[in-house]
Amino acid sequence: MAQTDSLITTDVSVTDRERTSRPDETVVRADGLEVHYGEERALTDVDIDIPERKVTAIIGPSGCGKSTFLRCVNRMNDQIDTCRIDGDLSFHGKNVYDDDVDPVALRRKIGMVFQKPNPFPKSIRDNVAYGLRVQGKTDDVDARVRQALEGAALWEEVEGQLDSSGLDLSGGQQQRLCIARAIAPDPEVLLMDEPTSALDPVAAAKIEDLIADLAREYTVIIVTHNMQQAARISDKTAVFLTGGELVEFDDTATIFEDPDDQRVEDYITGRFG
Amino acid sequence: MSTDVDSEGEFETSSGGFDTDSLTGVGLEWTHRTESLFHAVLFGASVLGVVVLAVLIVDVILDALTGLAIGLDPVTFLTQHYSNDSSQAGFLGAIVGSVLLLFFTFLFSFFLGVGTAVYLEEYAPNTRVTRLIEANLTNLAGVPSVVYGLLALGVFVNGLRMGPILLAGSIALALLVVPIVIVASQEALRSVPDGMRNGSLATGATRWQTVRGVVLPSAMPGIVTGTILALARAIGETAPLLMVGTVWGLRHTPGPFDRFGAMTTQIYQWAFLPETELNFLAAMGIAVLLAILLGMYGVAFLVRNKYERSY
Ligand SMILES: Nc1ncnc2c1ncn2[C@@H]1O[C@H](COP(=O)(O)OP(=O)(O)O)[C@@H](O)[C@H]1O
Ligand SMILES: [Mg+2]
Repeated sequence: MAQTDSLITTDVSVTDRERTSRPDETVVRADGLEVHYGEERALTDVDIDIPERKVTAIIGPSGCGKSTFLRCVNRMNDQIDTCRIDGDLSFHGKNVYDDDVDPVALRRKIGMVFQKPNPFPKSIRDNVAYGLRVQGKTDDVDARVRQALEGAALWEEVEGQLDSSGLDLSGGQQQRLCIARAIAPDPEVLLMDEPTSALDPVAAAKIEDLIADLAREYTVIIVTHNMQQAARISDKTAVFLTGGELVEFDDTATIFEDPDDQRVEDYITGRFG
Repeated sequence: MSTDVDSEGEFETSSGGFDTDSLTGVGLEWTHRTESLFHAVLFGASVLGVVVLAVLIVDVILDALTGLAIGLDPVTFLTQHYSNDSSQAGFLGAIVGSVLLLFFTFLFSFFLGVGTAVYLEEYAPNTRVTRLIEANLTNLAGVPSVVYGLLALGVFVNGLRMGPILLAGSIALALLVVPIVIVASQEALRSVPDGMRNGSLATGATRWQTVRGVVLPSAMPGIVTGTILALARAIGETAPLLMVGTVWGLRHTPGPFDRFGAMTTQIYQWAFLPETELNFLAAMGIAVLLAILLGMYGVAFLVRNKYERSY
């Protein structure tokens, strides 16, 4: 596949991919994925096929390996010394842990938004342009910045203050700024690790609304501990349970209305009930 | 007080047999008294240092003013070189020497120190060797300054035949200052939250782009403040310069390759000699040195206040 070759060098060319709709094409696939931190196992034999341009929610109790799974996809686990990964995790069919994959190139295809908003102590403009600059996409920076801010539903609120610091924004605005930063270089996949858990309900609702729009252009994988949120915004839901086991993965409606696995039903009704 | 919920789900408060007298603090008097005593002792201890410093400064200023009163001219003092005639003696060469020393010390220590700190914090694997290096850097920051003077004398002045020139003096000071710059820079780098690094890496930046684009700019106020404080220590040093070999009575404005002196060594010389007038000159020199130090601390304070931020 054409996309896989470009993972190998850091020089990612700027092409606005023609995104024709191929329903349920798998973008990210895990096959027997296991993760250990030292001796402790965080993920156990995970198999999952994540479809293109859908919102896939990952839910489960805390400590069940949701963040760990997400960090496998863009190899942010490389930052953790004790982390060891076995099995396959492929992006467009290419195992991202192959020796010839450059994690920097991979991350240029896969953006990430973190639990705690982490804007840089720079102007709003420089925050959004950061990915463009480091990736060498220096043409039309202003237009791309605007486009990204519009995509993150933040443009109208910050239009006149692009030169003020990103740190002066409210928490919810900061998180949308981080979304803008992630989508500005036009990745294919957007990983979101509990992006609303540090926000108040109004700010969280804004981001939930935004996610449906984002899924038209990006494959969104969102970790949430909030099951109502998963039910509201996702097309597919993966339920991880303690021990780092992926217990069930299906259409969100099926998971919430008629799950196969008794443990999933217990987990969901336990929380809702 | 406790809160009970009755069958209708409404709240109702009652004392429920709770002894409210236990809140009056009877029996706590002694605890409070020892608390106040500790408070007073700690306050006294912290004030003592300030008082001693104030007394020293007042003493120096009084001596300097006495010097002015007996006819020592401040303009002459700031614009003339050393002279055996105290009424003609000036501090100019010493001031220039100190400023040049400071400049080269900065040049030699800043990039080396910050580079080392960046390597240790951002790149070095967390191995025994790394931890050993870090522990020893902290130790180096506590080595007496005269040792660095001896080192510079042995290696640079004599070993490499540089001779007792200003550059050799600034190398001695740089050796002294580098560990301090490294430790201060490490602190500043550590205070940059990992969220920044992750945000940058996840946006497709390389490690170096992350360091240069996000981590260093965020840490720079702390690094600059630490470096200024380290340089302030350097400008107040006498022993390493005496080891390298300073000129006794500086009658010229030194360049980097000349024999040199500094404010501290000149003050030392004046204070050492028996004539009281020379002691007044020393006091005036100390006043100038203190003014420069105060300026440096002021800049460090401003940098810290202006750029310090919370994330
Ligand atoms: N950096 C790490 N070092 C060691 N263990 C970790 C680390 N991150 C996570 N873990 C462990 O891995 C397991 C899964 O963690 P995580 O993926 O953060 O769970 P979740 O996001 O579902 O709350 C937990 O037991 C946690 O203690
Ligand atoms: Mg998590």
